[in-house]
This record gives sequence, C-alpha cells and structure tokens, in this order.
Amino acid sequence: MAKHHITTTINGEPTEFLCESQQTLLDVLRDELQLTGSKEGCASGDCGACSVMLNGRLVCSCLVLGIEAEGASVETIEGVADGDRLHPLQQKFLEEAALQCGICTPGFIVAAKALLERNSNPTETEVRYWLAGNLCRCTGYDKIVRAVLDTAAEMRGA
Amino acid sequence: MAEEAPKLRVVGTRPIRPDGVDKVTGRATFGADFTLPGMLFGKVSHSPYAHARIRSIDTSRAAAVPGVKAVITGSDLPEITREEAFVGEAPMNFRDLSQNVLARDKVLYDGHAVAAVCASSVAAAEEAISLIDVSYEVLPHVVEVRDAMAEDAPILHEHIRTKGVDPKPETPSNVVSRVEFALGDVEAGFRQADTVVEREFTTQAVHQGYIEPHACVASISPDGMATVWCSSQGQFMVRAYCAKLLGTEISRIRVIPAEIGGGFGGKTVVYLEPLALALAKKSGRPVKMVMTREEVFRATGPTSSAVLRVKVGAKSSGAITAAEMTLMYGAGAFPGSPVQLGCMTGFAPYDLENVKAVGYDVVLNRPKAAAYRAPGAPMAAFGVEAVLDELAETLGIEPLELRAKNAAKEGTKAAYGPKFRRIGYRETLEAAKSHSHLQVPLGPNQGRGIASGFWFNIGGQSSAAVHVNEDGTVLVVSPNPDIGGSRASMAIMAAEVLGVEVEKVKPIVADTASIAYSDLTGGSRVTFAVGMAVVQAARDVVEQLRARAAKLWDIEPDAVVWDGGEARPSSSNAGDFSPLSLADIAAKAARTGGPISGKANINASGAGPGFGTHICDVEVDPETGRVTVLRYTAIQDVGRAIHPSYVEGQLQGGAAQGIGWALNEEYIYDDSGRLQNPGFLDYRVPVASDLPMIDAVLVEVPNPTHPYGVRGVGEVPIVPPLAAVANAVGRATGVRCFDLPISPPRLLHALEERRSEAAD
Repeated sequence: MAKHHITTTINGEPTEFLCESQQTLLDVLRDELQLTGSKEGCASGDCGACSVMLNGRLVCSCLVLGIEAEGASVETIEGVADGDRLHPLQQKFLEEAALQCGICTPGFIVAAKALLERNSNPTETEVRYWLAGNLCRCTGYDKIVRAVLDTAAEMRGA
Repeated sequence: MAEEAPKLRVVGTRPIRPDGVDKVTGRATFGADFTLPGMLFGKVSHSPYAHARIRSIDTSRAAAVPGVKAVITGSDLPEITREEAFVGEAPMNFRDLSQNVLARDKVLYDGHAVAAVCASSVAAAEEAISLIDVSYEVLPHVVEVRDAMAEDAPILHEHIRTKGVDPKPETPSNVVSRVEFALGDVEAGFRQADTVVEREFTTQAVHQGYIEPHACVASISPDGMATVWCSSQGQFMVRAYCAKLLGTEISRIRVIPAEIGGGFGGKTVVYLEPLALALAKKSGRPVKMVMTREEVFRATGPTSSAVLRVKVGAKSSGAITAAEMTLMYGAGAFPGSPVQLGCMTGFAPYDLENVKAVGYDVVLNRPKAAAYRAPGAPMAAFGVEAVLDELAETLGIEPLELRAKNAAKEGTKAAYGPKFRRIGYRETLEAAKSHSHLQVPLGPNQGRGIASGFWFNIGGQSSAAVHVNEDGTVLVVSPNPDIGGSRASMAIMAAEVLGVEVEKVKPIVADTASIAYSDLTGGSRVTFAVGMAVVQAARDVVEQLRARAAKLWDIEPDAVVWDGGEARPSSSNAGDFSPLSLADIAAKAARTGGPISGKANINASGAGPGFGTHICDVEVDPETGRVTVLRYTAIQDVGRAIHPSYVEGQLQGGAAQGIGWALNEEYIYDDSGRLQNPGFLDYRVPVASDLPMIDAVLVEVPNPTHPYGVRGVGEVPIVPPLAAVANAVGRATGVRCFDLPISPPRLLHALEERRSEAAD
C-alpha cells in the first residue's frame, strides 16, 4: 500500500513525512521524525506520556493518526524550550524536583503548559483534574502539582 | 565509625539534578528511544491459556511472511537443567528463568511467551506472530492462593515437593516451601494476654506500573560479540542473565544502560533481552523489541497476591505478649514469592518476646512475581498494622501510643534474627505525635488511620570511579541506573569529599565494559552502598591530590591537608605555600605523575534499617463506597537525606503506590484464567485528582556505618499505606476491611451488610 505524503508544521517548522494509514502521530513523531521526547506508555490514551498540542488542542498523540497531521500545527516537548532557554515550567520542574525517572515528564510539561495557556491562575484542584490524564508512578504528583502552581504564580508575576 | 562531619557543605542541599535538563526537554534516551541502522523489529507470541501443554509449534507460516527474518521458540535457547545457579550473590533459578522467557513444554499463565519473531517492520512482525500455530492441550488451571494450596489443585510443576516440612512429601504440590521464624513461646504469650485479636486478610496482585514498557535493542556480530542497549535496574544483571540463558561468556556481552522509566523492582529481571539476542544472532541484524502495555501487564511480574492470618495478644496496658502470623503468597508460575521477606518484616517494628511467623510460597497460573518495592513487606504489614489498630481501639489506647509502648529500639532482637543497632522507629512515632496533621478535626464519614512499616535496606557489591579532568572539573562514574535522582546524590557526595561546588562534578552511569561489576539497583541500596564507593573513590582522589601538592612543594604528603577544596600546608612548620585548588593541581598533573583518578570496589555492609509511620485521613461516601484520601503524612527515618527533595519524592511516591494498592489496583482474572484488565484504563493506578498533597517528614537518625549517615529510603514508604488507609476507612465507617482493594463496590457491599444487620 502506498504511503501517504503529509505536509504539516511541527514546532513551527514546515515538515513533510510519509506514513502508512495505521501509523499514529506518535509513531510518526518517534519513528519517522526521530522526535522521541513524546513517549509511548500505553498506546491507548490512558497515560498521557505522548501528550502533544494539535492545532492548539492537547491530545494524546497515540490516539491521532499520522495522516490527521495534514495541514495541522503540532507542538511537541522538543518545541517547549526556546533554544537553550527553558520554559518556566521546565525550570520549575527542575528546581522543585518534580520528576524522578523522567519518562512521564515530557507529557506533564506539555499538558501543564496547555493548562497555563488557558488558565493563568489555576487552583490546586484544577491542576489535579487537568493533569488526571497524565500518569506518574514515581512522585505521587505532589511536587508536580506544586511546580505547576508555582510556575503559574511566577508567570503571573512576570 | 560514625564520621560526623563537623559541617556538611553540600550534603543536605537541593541542587538541580545533573540529568534534569535532558529529562524536561525530551532529550533523555530511554529504552525505546534507541535505534541502530538496519535494525529489525521483534515481537513475542503469548499463550492465550492459563495452563496448557504445548503439543507442537509450527512456525512455517510465520516465517513465510515477507520481511520476517527469524523465528525462535523455546528450543532455540539452550536447555538449562540445573536448578540453581548464582550470579554474584543473588540466587536465581535459570531453568525457571529460561522457561519464563520462552515456554518449553507447558505454558503456565495467560501471556506466557511461546515464540518470537523479527521482521523489517513492526507490522510484518505482528502479522507473523498471528500466524504462529501452536497446538495446545488445555489443562485445568488455578489462579487463587487458597485454591492452589488445596489437595486436589491442578499441579503446575510435577517436580515440586514442599520444602521445609517434615516428613518430606512424596507427592507433588503447588506449595513450594514453608518457612518459619520464631522467638520465645507464642502459646505462653497468648495465655498472658488480656485481649487477643486474630484476623484473616487478603491482598491482590498489583503491578509495579512503571510508565515505560520494557524495551531493548540487541546486536550481535558473527563472532558472537553482543551489545544490548536497554532500560533495566542493572546492566550487570542483564549481562549475567543473558550470558547464562544463551550459554555464552559474560565477556562476550556488553550492556549499555538507557535511562530507565520506572522499575520499582519490576526491572530486576530479563524478559526481552535474551530473545532479542537470539533473534539478532539468527537474523544477523540488530533487533529492537518493545513491549506493549498489555504485554507488560500479562507477561511481566506483578507482586504476589496474598492470604494472611495475624494474631496479636496484649495486656490491658497495651504491652504485647505474643504475635503470630501465617502468610501464604502466590509466586506466580515459578517458585520465589517474597513470603520469607514478609515473615521477616511484618513484626520487625516491635520489640516482642514471643513471636512467630510462618510463610508458604505457592505457585499458581499467573505471571512469575517480580520484586515490587519492599517485596513481601506491604502485605504482612497490612495484616499486622490492621490488627494493632483494632487492638488499640479495643484497649482504648491511642494507636501511636500502642506502637510506642512496643516499639523496637537499639538492642532489640528482631524476630528474624539480628539485634538492631541505632534505629529511628521511635523517632518517627514522636514526629507523628507532634505533627499538626493530628490537630485537624475530622468530619462526618471521615476517619484517621495510622500504620508503620519496616524495610531492611541492603548494601552489596558496588564500584565507583572519580576522575579529575584537566581543568579541575570532576567526573563521577557509577555503575547503577539512575531511577530517581541517584546521579544527583553521587555528585553531592563526591563534591562534599572533594570540597568543590557540586556543579563542577558531572556524574555518569557507565556501561558494563566501562566500570567494575555492581549489584543491581534495588533493596534501597544505591545511595547507601554505591554512595559509599563514591565517597571512598573521592577520598582516594584527595589522597592523590595531597601527594601531588606535596610533590609540587617538595614536602612530605603528610604535611599537606585537603581543606575546602584546596591543598594547604598542614602548619607553618611544613612551609609557606599558597593553597593549590583542584584546578591548580589538575593543570600540573603531567608534571606530578599523570592523570588523577580514584576508584573503589567494595562489598558494602551495615545498611541501616528503615522505619516509617504514616497518617492517613479519608472520607467515605456512604452512598457509593468511594474512599477519598483527604490528608496524608509520611514520616520516615532516612538516616541522612543527601538530596532532601528526592528523598521526599521517594516517600510521596511510595505512599501513592501504597494508596493505589489499598484502594484501586488488582489483577482480575476470569474463569478461564485470563487477565481481564491488562491496561491502564481498567487497572487503575492513582491519578493526580485521586490524591492530596503528601506531607513527607524526614527524620534523620544517622546510620553509623555510612560516612554521611545514609539509610536506604525508597522501599519503606510503600509498607505502611495499605494499613494506614484501611485503618482510616475502619475508623470512618466502623466497618473494618480485611480484603484489598477497598474498591467502591466492595466497601459499599460491606456498608450495606452492616446497614441491613442494623435494620434486623
């Protein structure tokens, strides 16, 4: 079967790729474009380790087909930092030790960034429910939730 | 031995972890992120039956799929007939391990691997897997511990005769062994008791639930030299196990550790790596294998399901006169549940004259249990701490008081043998008593539970090297995968010894060809034991730095001290020289003897036992049976926190896992022995909205055998939560739950039973 030729934008870069019908956006990012920052933890949309922004909407890239990226704008963890300048969330995750093994971290940062872009002053409960689609097995979420709240406060102050 | 450093400069601070930037930017390379040119993709065929004899396997249709390069079955691995073998210090039954990675005559659980293929695409490999024809003779199966122990139970292994019973049985059994630990006379002790509480409990198998599925890439050259890139809890473990399973020499395998996306004990064993090597050998191409989440649940080790009976007797004063427990743990398809560790840990927090623990290791048609954080301890502690809570309630004593009255201390002889040295259990109880958590008033349908827990912590074989770079920066080479911040703690300890800024120290995790052997990451040993090796290697460097300075000054090395990151003359008698920094000495290394580098290879002993006490507040919805954790405090004697943030993280993460075990998580089997919930939707681990903030309180009673007082930290925190949650639910509702998980349907059923009893 012929592969599909897809034209899209990834982290602001015009990008083309070939993919098969059944390949997910996550497969394409990882296997065709070598953007391995998005992780596969479940391939069923339950763990959030593959979180990306698709046309400004937070999605599990394992639940999106590669061909759906046609004409779209995709933002991945690789596009969160501005060159060597970390995003405030990335900096706060480091300062507050909001990661242990780190496998879920890209998904959490992408998801938390999406939250803060919609709500600059979330409550703890709002943070917890927004991030309920991202599983972390190491931290018990405490430091992650604090890092998001503290980043929000810092960004509001800035 | 306790070298109480007068003032610690770096230990106890919270620098940004050295591997952090890579992990928040997506740059870090985990198991599935590695690729090689020309790589093939491997997949595994799994048994759909819980128990069946393999009549035949026909791989011809699979092999004919375009793109398929090799197919292997159990007969492609060397047959291992000897039961036991040792790798390092750890006993491992390689016959069982070989049959677990690829079944031979029988499949023993739903998900048991029976064949593997590699192909030029994942799709081709998956198609080939679907075309492997296995002829099975389905056998009766057993998945529950009590059923497996029954006289007429289907037998998994004809060769198993129960060990540890007299007379030695002549017929096969699923009961692999009986172990016993006893001290004093429990019968006499119970006769002295004013009150005795005896209960039976069950806990379900739960999975470690690491977010990263197992993954590896294997490459092998025609001369048999192999390289494996994989995520594991020990690259040396992978090397040794693969060598044994494939019948090759250790020197012919090099294992390069990837970042590890969680393990919690579940990655202390191999599944894919030997298959990838065998496929790579047969195909002549590198092979990548990555498990799906379903494979992780069905085919890798969860912890044991357990049945236990606990009986404790006490005087009306609260003094315990006798304590006894019987533990029956499911090992999965092959022997080796952590029941012995359950027997050893359950009563360890208490100073008991009369105590007895009996354990049974039971095989059943489930995946072979793997280690999970404090293996065996949480289930035993659940029973013990729940009985203590009931005892406290019956006697009208505060739960913390009851524990304090009976707490183990320095000099206490534990039921499992040793006499405790300096331990901090009482200190955790004191910290609990004075914690503000206890002042928060409880509302209707709310309850507060208290429970404690113990883990041994271990040392073991460990290596480290410390290299001084030409510009005076430092490289710390250590041999253990960094599963939760250990690079940071290694860098901190080296910086402390050397007297340099921690930012000048770069820690790396080396592959098996680049540093001496080390035991795997487990048992809460790395910061203690590998940290000890790092400290010794750094001290070796300090000695060399003093000698180099002495040479530059032309005085005796003894006349040089290393202080604040500089060499100085020990006194004015030694001469008048300006101090030399690490950078100064490094720059002149060529003139004073060449590169400066220290190493240490040790077998660390003297790990400090760890104790924790947790406080949990819950609210129960009487309409639905849903339990909400309102407040949680985890208190633990950590010896000394090298990087307190990551120590707190261990307490918080362990507590969350324990809460999941108590409330949600369980392996659910249908009547045919098939796992019904092999995914994160139906096997529900706690999510952010399930949990409150978890207050981690670090009590520091230094371990006298470690230069900075480190005790292991990671395992204790999963021990108390099962009972802390259950006790809170019991106090909230007046209905005690003896069976985990306390899921809404189960609790609702118990509440309704109580309501209908009250109505009668």
